[in-house]
Amino acid sequence: MDAQPNPWLSWRYVERNWSEISDALGIHTSLTVQAVAIALAIAFPLAVLAQQVKWLSGPVLGAAGVLYTVPSFALFALLAPFTGIGRTTVLIGLVMYALLVLVRNILIGLRGVDRDVVDAARGLGYGRWRLLMGVELPNALPSIVAGLRIATVSTVALATVGVVVGYGGLGQLMFRGFQSNYRAQIATSSILCVALALVLDVAIVLAGRALMPWARRRRPA
Amino acid sequence: MSVWAEAWEYATTAVNWTGANGLTRPTFDGGWRWAQDSMIALGIEHLYMSGAAVLAATAIALPLGLILGHARKGAGITVLLSNVSRAMPTLALLTLFAASSIGFGNRAVIIAAAIFAFPPILTNTFTAMAGVDGDVREAALGQGLSRLQVALKVELPLALPLIAAGLRTSASQTVATVPLAALVAGGGLGVIINTGLATQRYGKVIVGAILVAALTLIVDFALSRLERCLTPAPLRQQHRVAS
Repeated sequence: MDAQPNPWLSWRYVERNWSEISDALGIHTSLTVQAVAIALAIAFPLAVLAQQVKWLSGPVLGAAGVLYTVPSFALFALLAPFTGIGRTTVLIGLVMYALLVLVRNILIGLRGVDRDVVDAARGLGYGRWRLLMGVELPNALPSIVAGLRIATVSTVALATVGVVVGYGGLGQLMFRGFQSNYRAQIATSSILCVALALVLDVAIVLAGRALMPWARRRRPA
Repeated sequence: MSVWAEAWEYATTAVNWTGANGLTRPTFDGGWRWAQDSMIALGIEHLYMSGAAVLAATAIALPLGLILGHARKGAGITVLLSNVSRAMPTLALLTLFAASSIGFGNRAVIIAAAIFAFPPILTNTFTAMAGVDGDVREAALGQGLSRLQVALKVELPLALPLIAAGLRTSASQTVATVPLAALVAGGGLGVIINTGLATQRYGKVIVGAILVAALTLIVDFALSRLERCLTPAPLRQQHRVAS
């Protein structure tokens, strides 16, 4: 019965299948980065709009909350008949989930800006656009960075569900490992997935620090 | 035939709800299992799996959160747990279980779902208990209440709304996660989506997806009522944020 060894971690597996593993890792990374970037590009104008037009913010936040309860498995499956199987479907799904987190956090960030600061800027003659880019945006950055971190980390995890439509990056390896009961394949891709989430998370934290030197100065190390 | 027409036809065919041979099916060892061709049976199975997972998670996370929150210790651990669980894909856990001695099928899915249901309950319970005003605690202790009484009679009632919010997050998330079971030979409504995809009957996929989404929203709504009932009227405006 126990003829074939089936170790959880095997360097030989990694060595022999490196091209496949790195392909999956590359797909996973590009999928995540692309999805979060697109989501950010859509979320920012949406959040600004919702902040400017007061009656819009309730429906925007409400819709985000409701949409977030739609299961990923179901969403990918719902998109599949219309956008086919493959990268586009997964990307659309991931963008939708990331969008919800981002809109929420950007809006909360923009709303949380101290009214006195905004008034002071207005008093100095700042116009609408300059006020947004020069005062409100920098003040909302901590909340936006927090949202980006949540969106990125959960997008890495969600991308594996892309297996449903045959494009799950590392999830594809997990699923194949499951089908052939190949432990090394499952364990390696799982570890890489968590590691990828961690690396991207740290990257965002560092980028956030670089963007917000004032936040560092406030807290002496 | 368009996908929507196909979906409509699938949803309006009675046998797809009741199953060709009833809701249950005998198994080889003399037991029974839910019929995999009946949406009602799969729905019940789905609710059972989600419920079992949330109950198991609550049984551990709630006391742990109460104790840690009361002692105001272990904030780092709870944050770490919820962060790691966010980064860990459900699919990874399911496939890891399948290849280990835990195996696959409904039991493994319930364990995996319970692990993901755990962090929101723990985090919220901890935050709620630890967030009770220090002065209130002091006052209660000063009046001669024991630590246990302070925890159960003062802190717990004040913490209830946020704890209920955590349960709600956890439950709706679990109902939405359980469909992944279909990928590792488990039951529940994911089976409809999975077989629909495999046989390219996208109408069936749509029906399955809508069912899962609807079930998630129903559970979320039901628990939001519960959350409201548990919240004393003066507190209703304050506790809105669930982590």
